[in-house]
Amino acid sequence: MDKMTAKELVTDQEVRWCPGCGDYSILKQVQTVIPELGLKRENIVFISGIGCSSRFPYYMETFGMHSIHGRATAIASGLKATRPDLSVWIVTGDGDSLSIGGNHLIHLLRRNFDVNILLFNNEIYGLTKGQYSPTSPEGLVTKSTPAGSLDHPFNPLALCMGADATFVARTMDRDPIHLRELLKRAHAHKGTSLLEIYQNCNVFNDGAFEVFTEKATKKVNTLFVAHDKPLVFGQNLEKGIILDGWTPRLVNVADHSINDLWIHDEKDRLKASILVRFFDDSKHTDALPRPFGVFYQENRNTYEDQMSAQVAEAIKSKGKGNLDELLSGRSTWKIS
Amino acid sequence: MEKTETKQNVVILFAGDSGDGIQLIGAQFTNTNALFGNDVSTFPNFPAEIRAPQGTIPGVSGFQLHFGSVALFTPGDICDVLVVMNAAALKTDLKNLKKGGTIIVNTGGFGPQNLKLANYPVEVNPLLDHSLDQYRVIEIDVTKLTKKALEGSGLGTKEIDRSKNMFVLGFIYWMYNRSLANTIDFIERKFRTQPEFIESNIKILKAGYNYGDITETPMTRYEVKAAPMPKGTYRSITGNHATAMGLISAANKAGLTLFYGSYPITPASDILHELAKHKNFGVKTFQAEDEIAAVTSAIGAAFGGSLGVTASSGPGIALKTEAIGLALMLELPLVICNVQRGGPSTGLPTKTEQADLLQAVYGRNGEAPVPVIAAYSPSDCFYTVYEACRIAIEHMTPVFFLSDGFIANGSEPWQFPHAENLEKINVKYAHNELKEGEKFLPYKRNEKMTRPWAIPGTKGLEHRIGGLEKENETGNISYDPDNHEFMVKLRAARVEKIADFIPLQTIDQGKDKGKLLVIGWGSTYGAIKTAVREALAEEVEVSHIHIKYLNPLPKNIGAILENFEQILIPEMNNGQLIKIIREKFLVDAKGLNKIKGMPFTAGEIKRKISDIINVK
Repeated sequence: MDKMTAKELVTDQEVRWCPGCGDYSILKQVQTVIPELGLKRENIVFISGIGCSSRFPYYMETFGMHSIHGRATAIASGLKATRPDLSVWIVTGDGDSLSIGGNHLIHLLRRNFDVNILLFNNEIYGLTKGQYSPTSPEGLVTKSTPAGSLDHPFNPLALCMGADATFVARTMDRDPIHLRELLKRAHAHKGTSLLEIYQNCNVFNDGAFEVFTEKATKKVNTLFVAHDKPLVFGQNLEKGIILDGWTPRLVNVADHSINDLWIHDEKDRLKASILVRFFDDSKHTDALPRPFGVFYQENRNTYEDQMSAQVAEAIKSKGKGNLDELLSGRSTWKIS
Repeated sequence: MEKTETKQNVVILFAGDSGDGIQLIGAQFTNTNALFGNDVSTFPNFPAEIRAPQGTIPGVSGFQLHFGSVALFTPGDICDVLVVMNAAALKTDLKNLKKGGTIIVNTGGFGPQNLKLANYPVEVNPLLDHSLDQYRVIEIDVTKLTKKALEGSGLGTKEIDRSKNMFVLGFIYWMYNRSLANTIDFIERKFRTQPEFIESNIKILKAGYNYGDITETPMTRYEVKAAPMPKGTYRSITGNHATAMGLISAANKAGLTLFYGSYPITPASDILHELAKHKNFGVKTFQAEDEIAAVTSAIGAAFGGSLGVTASSGPGIALKTEAIGLALMLELPLVICNVQRGGPSTGLPTKTEQADLLQAVYGRNGEAPVPVIAAYSPSDCFYTVYEACRIAIEHMTPVFFLSDGFIANGSEPWQFPHAENLEKINVKYAHNELKEGEKFLPYKRNEKMTRPWAIPGTKGLEHRIGGLEKENETGNISYDPDNHEFMVKLRAARVEKIADFIPLQTIDQGKDKGKLLVIGWGSTYGAIKTAVREALAEEVEVSHIHIKYLNPLPKNIGAILENFEQILIPEMNNGQLIKIIREKFLVDAKGLNKIKGMPFTAGEIKRKISDIINVK
């Protein structure tokens, strides 16, 4: 079998995102990573909802469906339930998955179908030209909120932890190496992988994440977590996090032994619940840095495996269904 | 002293409190009569609440059974026998009893508290005030007799009281000379893990039967012979059960996995319950988080190559609207079952109606035609949903299957088919037959105007589909003005084309021309058939067609209509099929509309036929 190449994954459709959109980078990394996953191209499916994010499937030379707003998660559930053999990727946005699609998202997470959710969060509604979204900060002035948004925003990863997701992670459009690594991690996880991708909408919400993504400020404001490694960050990794009871505290690494520092454990759900709550506005003094990486990962039975097991068990105990037996049922009578 | 009278047919109505097990004894008596060889037709009539306050009028649950030695098509216009467990049941259902009919009364349900809850005026007791003199009243203190029979059994007061329905059933079996065997078998199975209930229920059943023998009241027993039905093997079936079996059969004959995405809703939930029992047919049922997830998960399954099905009732179908439009644009096989109930909005969950036809035919944004097909009886649900699956698969389209609460819960005898005689359903997944350098066209159409079903996993056929308007054949997004108009008309033509692949309309009764044509659809079949049969016996020039394929209509409907002077369309709505017929054929059809949450009686339709004929 010839190895898949990134070029084979490029479609003949002209990519229509705005120049400078973060989606271009995500598309490129996905097309780079997929050939390395050992999948057959015909077994890959991309399903999207509605939004700029959701134009994604048209640019991937795989099976794809551009569906309806907020429902990609439910469609993917039905697909995976009946075709567990397929590699199913959901592309969605902050509006598509956390507003209209919020309900289907939390149910998919608790059910744990083995699919990958790529949640492009740009903290705005781009395709409809600039309304606020469930992740926009309070007070944001947009077309629909000229006096400033009144909505307290979701913390998407905290919401996903609350829905008992088995894989919770965050990356960014502007760090191709990190993005590629996390795409691979998402694929490798058996269960629903929720990968939030900070994505810059340079037309309607430019710079929403620049403190985390731009060279000048990145090191000071981001915390890249890795399993079994201490939580350290800063220009020279001079800052660290200590867990004081349930409260995370910023410390200078020099003042502490490495063993005092919070060591990231991807399997620790309680600690991950705290880690997702590192959600401060970077402008505040003593703001906690924004973490990126895999926060939590657990192995839990997938829904499709359990569904198939029930079918297999029924066949084992009752024998394969006999249509004539079904039609006649338990009591019949004859007219002669 | 007793005498035995032969009856050609009997209509009996059991009525009591929701907690009295009325549905159970109604179903049991139905099954026993069906096994005996009578034709049966039923009408369960229960309230929406799980358990309204005991003894109240909203808590009255009823089960009407028509059984006979002749062919029957309705549960009966009016009852011959009314069985009432309490005062509220009498208050509610006395009007359904014929003059001179028999009332079997549980006097234990007529104490002062019961009378008060039934809104009888103070000091009024219908059993004592001669208000029932024109009926034959048989008074039995079922409550007391049941209690006495189970004294010392170790059962609690509530459990003893709950089994009084078995006493009534036993008595009815005596009255109609029926064997207890089927019900004893049912009791043994139902309570197999609780043997104390087996003993008590059988004891009470027999006590009721014996009461007929030992009572000193002059009793009449009845004989209702078996009906001359076509030779063969029969079983009893309800519409919902038939729907479930039709879906399993269609998927089985098509060689496809059945994926059923659904959300509990009255009166469709039983389809989900039944399908969930048959995993050994490979059926995958999915109780989704809401109605939209139910239909969209079925679309996902269809995308992957399964038969995607969802079922609901009016309010749930309303929620699925956008998704049905998507399925239409994706051109995937999806069956949407609507077990119609009283609307609008939450409406009357446990009452029947057929007011979702226009929703099925027109209810989406944009020009969004979807085939619609409706069942006319409990057993017909099997064949009609099977046909809906065939159309969905062979024409790559969502299809509406319409049923309603009356046929969903009603039962009748069914000469069920052999699996080998069921029509094969042709499924053809697309294969990669592309030549070197040739590109796959996901919307290239065959002679049925149908696109190929190219499922994920098929090498070389990778493609993208979606809800945006698309260029024909390539499926690429297109906003071109001419293309849009072309595609809208193409999608309409696709549905019209189905008319080439469905049977022509037949005339159910009457000549092919005459003074009056009665057109029905759905569950009005029995009442119309009975009414027209009576009219024909009086030499009225009337005919009846019952339309199953509502969109597209069979090609010969127009030709049939031309041969009749007048057209009458009885419907359980405010006028829906009539709008379609008037619009399509420019005829001045008249409606007869009953919107009471109850089926038509044959009498209502017969009277209207006479009114129309006699005006001329």
